[in-house]
Amino acid sequence: MSDIRESHKALVRRILQGAGEASPAERLAAFNDEGLPEPLQSLVDKVSADAYRVTQEDINSAIGSGLREDQVFEIVVCAAIGQASRQYETAFAALDAASERT
Amino acid sequence: MRLQILDSGHGLGTKMLFVLIRIASRQPVLDVIKLVKYRPDFYGGPMSKITHEAMRGPSAWSVGDREMMAAFVARTNHCEFCTKAHSAVAKQAYGDADKVSALLSNFDQCDMNAPDEDEKLRATLLMLSKLTREQSVNADDIRVVMATGASRQQIEDALAVCFSFNVIGRLADAFGFAIPAPEAIEAGAKYLLARGYR
Repeated sequence: MSDIRESHKALVRRILQGAGEASPAERLAAFNDEGLPEPLQSLVDKVSADAYRVTQEDINSAIGSGLREDQVFEIVVCAAIGQASRQYETAFAALDAASERT
Repeated sequence: MRLQILDSGHGLGTKMLFVLIRIASRQPVLDVIKLVKYRPDFYGGPMSKITHEAMRGPSAWSVGDREMMAAFVARTNHCEFCTKAHSAVAKQAYGDADKVSALLSNFDQCDMNAPDEDEKLRATLLMLSKLTREQSVNADDIRVVMATGASRQQIEDALAVCFSFNVIGRLADAFGFAIPAPEAIEAGAKYLLARGYR
């Protein structure tokens, strides 16, 4: 398949640096899973670690804190891509290390 | 879904497309389609490009193998929507429902006594499961897969599938995708097998 890593970089650039309803700082914090105020941080923690435990109440709390739905949408997307990206990069580092010695 | 905009915030053209999908498939529009069609410049466009390439681009892995990896990642994440959806595609792609059921039901061990030709796939599934569950793998985990004969490119391809479904599964659960009826799952699987993820 073609170089997915380049497409991955483009995706990350788009969600973090392109136009959005949430601020770039909020999107980056969600991507990195750190530094957001509550209740957003708890929502992002769940998306990163145990997304199947996210509830309607978690989403409602984020909206209740003053965010619009579009901002919550972007923050959840950034959190999911951030966590998957950390896994992806860690695995590539392991692949590089394994390739060097084989 | 848990955000109203994902259910009904699409533009007029997209809403018309949804009507056509409902008429043609005789099934409700799946929530995953509503998600990728909502503000596609932000998420759906660039993400679909990655997912289509990972799942249908040239690879030494078969389409069935890659759908199996997607189902396996979803199962590890407890994502019911993606587990059902992609095990259904894998069953259609392999033409062997028993193989998919056996791999998923033994997903902690992957039945290491299974025939040798599946050893590479089983080792890869276990590595992806560990990566998904523990958020990391090390060089030794990768060497186990290489020892079965998997090439570096095959491992890269498997990691791309893993990335895609660690994103999609999280979003399915966070946004509260409805679990489709069995006939809608089968119709969706048929579509994905024929058309891919674009």
